[in-house]
Amino acid sequence: MLVPTVVLSGIGLLSGLGLALAARAFAVETDPRQDRITEALPGANCGGCGYAGCGDFAGAVVRGDAKPDGCPVCDQETRRLVASIVGLTVQDRAPQVALILCQGGDDVAAKKYRYNGLASCASAALLGGGDKACGAGCLGLGDCQRACAFGAVEMTPSGVARIIPARCTACGQCVAACPKDLIKLVPAEATIHVLCSNHDRGPAAKKACAVACLGCKKCEKSFAEDPRIKVADFLAYIDYEHAPDDPALAALCPTGSLVYRGAAAPAAERTSS
Amino acid sequence: MQLVLLVLSAILVNNFVLSRFLGICPFLGVSKKLSTALGMTAAVMFVMTLASTVCWLVFHGLLRPYGLEYLQTISFILIIAAMVQLVELALQKLSPGLYRSLGIYLPLITTNCAVLGCAVMNIMNESSLLVTAVFSLAAAMGFGLALVLFSGIREVLALADTPRSFRGTAIALLTAGTLSLSFMGFAGLVK
Repeated sequence: MLVPTVVLSGIGLLSGLGLALAARAFAVETDPRQDRITEALPGANCGGCGYAGCGDFAGAVVRGDAKPDGCPVCDQETRRLVASIVGLTVQDRAPQVALILCQGGDDVAAKKYRYNGLASCASAALLGGGDKACGAGCLGLGDCQRACAFGAVEMTPSGVARIIPARCTACGQCVAACPKDLIKLVPAEATIHVLCSNHDRGPAAKKACAVACLGCKKCEKSFAEDPRIKVADFLAYIDYEHAPDDPALAALCPTGSLVYRGAAAPAAERTSS
Repeated sequence: MQLVLLVLSAILVNNFVLSRFLGICPFLGVSKKLSTALGMTAAVMFVMTLASTVCWLVFHGLLRPYGLEYLQTISFILIIAAMVQLVELALQKLSPGLYRSLGIYLPLITTNCAVLGCAVMNIMNESSLLVTAVFSLAAAMGFGLALVLFSGIREVLALADTPRSFRGTAIALLTAGTLSLSFMGFAGLVK
């Protein structure tokens, strides 16, 4: 009993000793500012900045490869703190939230086949672009939900992803996760959105989904000049630089793909996205 | 002569990756770029040769005299893990770029079955210390040859117009199979 214990712990001790010496010989000196920045960052390691984690991002900031305001998640105060550690200043920027540009749940959108595979949008999208008749529609299998480190994505009962704006930090992980490119980052104060990504002509879009944008231009024409909503390729776009704020606009839309989410909207609609 | 045959056998005929199917995970994992594959080869060569030699010394100097052969696996793993840790420390200091591109596969050498397999095989075959060192180095070179060949193919493959359903892992595994098939041609070269 004694001999094997001594032998094994002896080997372990010797290797440990060797490693301790090697660690001293090969010690890599890190910039102390890197640790301070890492401490200041949220620490969610979400990867929204494009680096492997908060520590990696901090290293890039110290080296000058990343801008100190590169963390999309942290608030303005943290950005200022990070910048001050490396002796820089940052400009304030408008907060953003993610927005899912589809509201075609199973109740309104037609399906072209029954998908029975792995419960992941990425794999469903490989099979003819997914089971939705609409080629641009949300597949509802929750890749964005799993990508979100902040629990800001929920799935509606009808099978469409929805962002909970209060929790969204605009880190952009869901944007990257969606195989249908349905998620965009938009200014948080914007009140009116086109929740559709379908570029088909009106009749085809309508056949695939009851809440699709038909490209009818009713919203565009409501502006006498310089329209803040433009239709291109049978799909309306909001000009978020000069976002319109008028609840009456949403009422113009024949299918309900133009949605108002401002303070005047009913509470239930405001919380969903 | 015996040693030359041993080297040829370990590199070509009984190639660790392509004939014995040991160490497949870095073979597929770090073979996307030739430079990374070369770095991995160097790391494995260092770990494999040194670990096998030290394992031989420990086995014949400590374990066998005290009748502790049953401690073989755990003590070998301990030695291999320490070696890998050493390589990791050295790489982090000497070549941070390679350290980052090897990523998870560097610590994974610890559980690389090729390394442990090599050490155990030497004990099983009752090899002498010289044969152990030469065989381990040759085996690691065989591993490196497979890795470098494969990464060269994959670099070309990355630019090729692969049919959609074959892209990514599928074509990589198919290529690995074909490469293994071609190494079958060496069978019979050395017994």
